[in-house]
Amino acid sequence: MAHKLSIFRGLLTFKSNQQKIWGVLIFLSIVTVIEVALGIVKPAALLTPIFGMKGLNWIFIILTLVKAYYIAWDFMHLRDEKKSLTSSIVLPLLILIPYLVFILLVEADYIYNVMSDGFVSWDF
Amino acid sequence: MEATTADLIENENVWGGGNKPLKASYGKMMMWFFIVSDALTFSGFLVAYGFSRFKNIDSWPIADQVFYHFPFLHGIDAPMYYVALMTFVLIFSSVTMVLAVDAGHKMNKNKVAIYMLLTIIGGAVFVGSQAWEWKNFIKGEYGALETRGGQIIQFVSADSGKRVALESFAAQIPGDRVQQTSDTGIWFASESSLPSFTVAEVQQGFLANPDLRIKTEMIDAETGEKIILDRADSEAKITEAMHVVEGANLIRNEYGNRLFADFFFFITGFHGFHVFSGVVFNGIIFFNVLLGTYERRGHYEMIEKVGLYWHFVDLVWVFVFTFFYLV
Repeated sequence: MAHKLSIFRGLLTFKSNQQKIWGVLIFLSIVTVIEVALGIVKPAALLTPIFGMKGLNWIFIILTLVKAYYIAWDFMHLRDEKKSLTSSIVLPLLILIPYLVFILLVEADYIYNVMSDGFVSWDF
Repeated sequence: MEATTADLIENENVWGGGNKPLKASYGKMMMWFFIVSDALTFSGFLVAYGFSRFKNIDSWPIADQVFYHFPFLHGIDAPMYYVALMTFVLIFSSVTMVLAVDAGHKMNKNKVAIYMLLTIIGGAVFVGSQAWEWKNFIKGEYGALETRGGQIIQFVSADSGKRVALESFAAQIPGDRVQQTSDTGIWFASESSLPSFTVAEVQQGFLANPDLRIKTEMIDAETGEKIILDRADSEAKITEAMHVVEGANLIRNEYGNRLFADFFFFITGFHGFHVFSGVVFNGIIFFNVLLGTYERRGHYEMIEKVGLYWHFVDLVWVFVFTFFYLV
């Protein structure tokens, strides 16, 4: 079975599928170490809000999506599948999940405002 | 399973199922469909968690102050290290799984067996770690009070700002109530185990210790830390207490918002259940490898299918890790 052996858009090419797996493991470990280090240090510069959320949280979410991409593409070998199969798996998730996130978080923020500005005390 | 393999339908005509536009076998496609629907289930749970969190954005518990245990390091504040270790274990078992799939492509029975065994061990270690994490969460360490309004108040030392356990200051008032069991209770109703102290004992102990302060649920928007009341406000606040809360259950938890523990139990529990079933599936496949089932079948595609499930479990953990422990 043929495998596509390069990651990072061809920047890194491996000799065999096994080597590619170890390469991806090293990459995922580095990303996790960065996440944990940032989570422990919490640099003050990253705590300012950007688009309604702390900069640090955006970094965490983006790094998570990066990790998810490499798990799906290399460990679940979506990279080796036909493009139509990949799209039919990934597109429904890419469309539905952000939609759900958007709807529910906007609604939750609205409820938060009602609770804090309303005439009912929630802390009595 | 034989009818699903690629070679059997090779010769059939297009309308008889011979056409495979996605170049994937029936079994693999169904595994992918299951994963897509399961991914939507997990996103539903995680988004519901986000909903509750955004709804209570100024009073949600801070993960570092909840998960700080590490094996053999008693009393040392070690946030994040333990879950980071768990994440590594799971990613590593994912790697051995890919190596098993790879060995399967090369029809190397012994290597497949070894890598499957390593994957099973990794999964079992992860589930065990999860159980330890739950044990710490349920047991709690310091204890807290709950007010009339359902807010959790914790106790900290004025000098260090560190949390103080109830048992280190609560007074002893004789004549405690005994636990109600079904043979002594009204209408044969029993109750869950009583907390170690009554509200009055904690209140009395608090008033006798001028060094103690109350840490509220509310987060200071400037510093991102929980607000600690001064002594006068603390003494006023403690009169609002209604319950002693030790550890966590599905009703109350000493860490803060009630929903926090509920979501923790539900989401990590659901994920842990997935890991557990993954270990069971891997075990079945492992024995089939040893028995030579796939050797006789002529291909190791089953390893690939169960591998997809296993990687998916890893993928979900990456998100659970981010949203429960990091963000």
